[in-house]
Amino acid sequence: MIEKVENKRIRLLINIFLAAIFVAVIVLLDTKKIGDDYIRRVLNLTAIYTIVSVSMNLVNGFTGLFSLGQAGFMAIGAYTVALFTVPLQVRPNVFYMVPQNPIIAQIELPFAIALILGGLLAALAAILIGIPVLRLKSDYLAIATLGFSEIIRIVCTNAKSITNGALGIKSIPEMPTMWVFFGVAIISVIIIYLLINSSYGRAFKAIREDEIAAEAMGINLFKHKVMSFAIGAFFAGIGGGLLASLLATVDPRQFYFTVTYNFLLIIVLGGMGSISGTVIASFLVTAGLEVLRFFDEPLTLFGVNIPVFRPGFRMVIFSLLLMVLVLFFRNGLLGQKELSWKVIHNWFNRRGKKKTGKGGVA
Amino acid sequence: MSILKVENVTMQFGGVTAVNNLNIEVEEGRIEALIGPNGAGKTTAFNVITGVYTPTNGSVYFNDEVITGLTPDKITKRGIARTFQNIRLFKNLTVLDNILIANHLRIKSNFMSCTFRMPWSKREEKQMREKSEMLLEKLGLSDLRNEIAHSLPYGEQRKLEIARALATDAKLLLLDEPAAGMNPSETMELSSFIYNIRDEFNLTIFMIEHHMDLVMEISEKIYVLDFGQLIAQGTADEVKNNPRVIEAYLGVDEDA
Ligand SMILES: Nc1ncnc2c1ncn2[C@@H]1O[C@H](COP(=O)(O)OP(=O)(O)OP(=O)(O)O)[C@@H](O)[C@H]1O
Ligand SMILES: [Mg+2]
Repeated sequence: MIEKVENKRIRLLINIFLAAIFVAVIVLLDTKKIGDDYIRRVLNLTAIYTIVSVSMNLVNGFTGLFSLGQAGFMAIGAYTVALFTVPLQVRPNVFYMVPQNPIIAQIELPFAIALILGGLLAALAAILIGIPVLRLKSDYLAIATLGFSEIIRIVCTNAKSITNGALGIKSIPEMPTMWVFFGVAIISVIIIYLLINSSYGRAFKAIREDEIAAEAMGINLFKHKVMSFAIGAFFAGIGGGLLASLLATVDPRQFYFTVTYNFLLIIVLGGMGSISGTVIASFLVTAGLEVLRFFDEPLTLFGVNIPVFRPGFRMVIFSLLLMVLVLFFRNGLLGQKELSWKVIHNWFNRRGKKKTGKGGVA
Repeated sequence: MSILKVENVTMQFGGVTAVNNLNIEVEEGRIEALIGPNGAGKTTAFNVITGVYTPTNGSVYFNDEVITGLTPDKITKRGIARTFQNIRLFKNLTVLDNILIANHLRIKSNFMSCTFRMPWSKREEKQMREKSEMLLEKLGLSDLRNEIAHSLPYGEQRKLEIARALATDAKLLLLDEPAAGMNPSETMELSSFIYNIRDEFNLTIFMIEHHMDLVMEISEKIYVLDFGQLIAQGTADEVKNNPRVIEAYLGVDEDA
């Protein structure tokens, strides 16, 4: 008993220590004491990917829906931030081909308001898709959300007076500190974690486990599916808004539905139904995508040009990884578990046992 | 007073008439049973009562109110809960979570106040947990509360499914073959278990069962279904000696 309390205290201290290191590293990066702009950018991107992936896991991993609309919801968030935060005086320069819609051209919102508005609009779009589609069998959602993503992208390309078409919107104010990205990411993950561990979260999991049983236990399937789907879209919208500000520019090509596959890879890798797994996988995949970039560059070895190394090859490797994952590591890093000292402890114990087991046989 | 009334219910699937002009009245506070050979339409009758299917014809009344056409979750909210012929637990969740989920239908806090752990939501969550723990205690499942549902032995899974149905605060419990797959001693235990929960929770129990010993022992009234048609009803003795029932079961092992 005493030992247990002691253990708990040590673990708490380690946790606080790790959190302190994390904060210290971000502070050092943020004040440009360590790292360079490239690293800061990749890390900020990781924070954004974490938000979108965790929210996708809420929908796909915890509620058992199959949504592929993340790119579309991000686009809504990104364009909302772009439209309303570009300073009024530079707008004519941005919209030099087709003048911006006169009403929108007069509205400028603070970043935080535009960000939340983007999330809310994404959630509204989710509700509008969800009302007809979530009454049907779950397979239709994947198709509907893919279609939606493409529609949003095409609308963004063509609604020139609002979105500036294929030119995109430039001059989006950049954020002065990494804490905007990491702060929002931490808050988002905590909110989703709290939701999943509430009675509503349990209802979501019940729907994932067995819809018929869930309904027989009095859970309104439609209401809870729409709820989960809309909350997921809200955070994807927030992620999109942050992305707009990170890149300082949005254009429709950033929101091809293939972007959604990155998030799919992340949640499968991290574990459908594990938040900590998703956070870890977001870091791994975002960093991995950067590392894999050399596949996209032409490569010459001993004077011979290796033909497959060209733009797009990275995605081939990426798809292969996804297939291997699905085939051999169904449960991803953590399955439905959350990372905790207990899980780590068990993991090491199991490895230890495996080794001694082999020794015994020999 | 009858708590459940099935009136002229017919259920057709394409050309198949699974239930044909069924009339049933279950008295409040009693244990009654629905029996019949395989494919007679018993589960279909349950599915119509619980709203899984809307009947082609006829109506279902619960406490004299029409419930035909309501979705399953609404019907459960009214006070009818069920178990399934092939156990349908929330397999990867703990025993306690299975029970907690069945409490969700009465929640008053919205998702925002639950997420942000508002004091009233925390209070509600605490009450939910206390109620669930008490239920597990009463049904002798307390020690298993943190086990994953699918890791439980078969008999315990059946018990948990009943417990989960009770957690919805049901007044009428529909059990679809609760003794299926149980050995004789487990079946014996089940009959006292059913008596106990009926008295403890003031329930009415309507069950489908193939174990004739169990049915004859505990049912106060038995309905016999064959090819979707009600062919007999009455006490165990009345039904047992009914020639049509004997004929329907001819060639079918009575203990099967
Ligand atoms: N959804 C459905 N679509 C088509 N036919 C169905 C459907 N559900 C049931 N049936 C048919 O209705 C008939 C009655 O089936 P039901 O499952 O109600 O029988 P049962 O009495 O519960 O049998 P058992 O003792 O085997 O459980 C069967 O012929 C079955 O094939
Ligand atoms: Mg059946």
